[in-house]
Amino acid sequence: MNYLKHIGKYFLMLRQVFRKPQKWSVFRELFFREVEDLGLKSLGIIMFISFFVGGVVAIQTAMNIDSPFIPKYLIGFATKRGIILEFAPTFMSIILAGKVGSYITSSMGTMRVTEQIDALEVMGINSLNYLVLPKILAALFFYPLLILLSMFLGIVGGYFAGIITDLFFSEDYIYGIQLDFDPYFIKYALTKTVVFAFVITTIPAYHGFYVKGGSLEVGRASTKAVVWTSIVIILLNYFLTQMILG
Amino acid sequence: MIEVTNLYKEFDEVPVLKGISTTFEKGKTNMIIGQSGSGKTVLLKCLLGLHTPEKGIISFDGRIHTELGIKERRQLRQEIGMVFQGGALFDSLTIEENILFPLKMFANKPNSEMLDRVNIVLNRVNLENVNKKYPAELSGGMQKRVAIARAIVMNPKYLFCDEPNSGLDPRTATVIDNLIQEITKEYQIITIINSHDMNSVMEIGEKIVFLQNGVNAWEGSNEEIFKTENEAVVDFVYSSNLFKKVRETYLSKTK
Repeated sequence: MNYLKHIGKYFLMLRQVFRKPQKWSVFRELFFREVEDLGLKSLGIIMFISFFVGGVVAIQTAMNIDSPFIPKYLIGFATKRGIILEFAPTFMSIILAGKVGSYITSSMGTMRVTEQIDALEVMGINSLNYLVLPKILAALFFYPLLILLSMFLGIVGGYFAGIITDLFFSEDYIYGIQLDFDPYFIKYALTKTVVFAFVITTIPAYHGFYVKGGSLEVGRASTKAVVWTSIVIILLNYFLTQMILG
Repeated sequence: MIEVTNLYKEFDEVPVLKGISTTFEKGKTNMIIGQSGSGKTVLLKCLLGLHTPEKGIISFDGRIHTELGIKERRQLRQEIGMVFQGGALFDSLTIEENILFPLKMFANKPNSEMLDRVNIVLNRVNLENVNKKYPAELSGGMQKRVAIARAIVMNPKYLFCDEPNSGLDPRTATVIDNLIQEITKEYQIITIINSHDMNSVMEIGEKIVFLQNGVNAWEGSNEEIFKTENEAVVDFVYSSNLFKKVRETYLSKTK
């Protein structure tokens, strides 16, 4: 019953969020600030993880192909498919849920407990619209770019892993990543990314906005937000895959 | 004038305000006092429109809060300045940006004019060279002054203060009290202060409303509070030996 209450409250929150911004010049400023906070500041971690995990995926695939009848270009092919279809959109989103989600909940939760949100309301500002809408739009705009970069670096990571370990030839790997390339898979991955970007910003915003109490509750809300965002991403990933590829 | 008539507010079926009626006048520092849990903050939040009362009327110079449309309510909120207990300054903004914030949101003026206004109000609260600093770089007293500056930057008709001198040393608390009183007189606004600090109640409380268990138990001025025989007020206000002695001295002098 409590879950239903939260779901209802979440959708009521969204209704307040999607209102016309009070002043477009202020909104534009906030939007670019959020692009920096939520997007640009995540570049480093996304690049680092994508490159090394791409390398690990390629090494693992190479080491598990024992049969001489399986061509080596399948390593590049499998790495590409794995990274584009699942690793970049889904697992990077879970990493972003941890990094960005906890940031959103803790910053908004702190604003709540220090009465900064009340200050906005007293001034006659729709605080949900002011605080959350720029975050959602910044994530919807920037995360697809981030995920495309993650795909690229994952594949590049696999290539360098081959060169360093000598487990496969770079020509085979390049042939594998070019083999049977379907642009629809990129569309599928970016569709998932857009949905996940929405989830990554709105669920933590909900937990931060409605937090009650002090710093301990803000910490708890951050943990809850990351857990629930990850759960929702995994569930939506299943349903979206069924709907789009099934 | 702000008029409160028969105000009821409850949370989870537990009544917190039980039919409060009072008035707050222009150019006066009005104070709401009472024990923790007596309903002071809830009353203040109802006046600010942050809580919707179950019953009762709140009228701002004839405008009944609950009957206002979205546009009128927004207009009314722009006429309200609020000083929160902890200041509630936006941590991510500089002092200048904090004070500029309401102007940027609501005033359609050139940037230079808005910055001039920021400097005027900063001067008014006796703060200099803090424009580019962040709230965390200022002392508690300075943060309160910035909060007052932000509250008055839009030339409000109504100023609300929630425990404006909590956590401040007695000297700084007196400075803040005097500043609020001066601003009230200078701008001829209605100031409502929610306070626990008996020192400021005695100093600047031109009208005092004493709440007890969600009921308006007593009203009067800071002169009258010395003379009152109301047991609940005497018990609350003169709980410390110092204030007991102050009261005895006052009464012996006026006899």
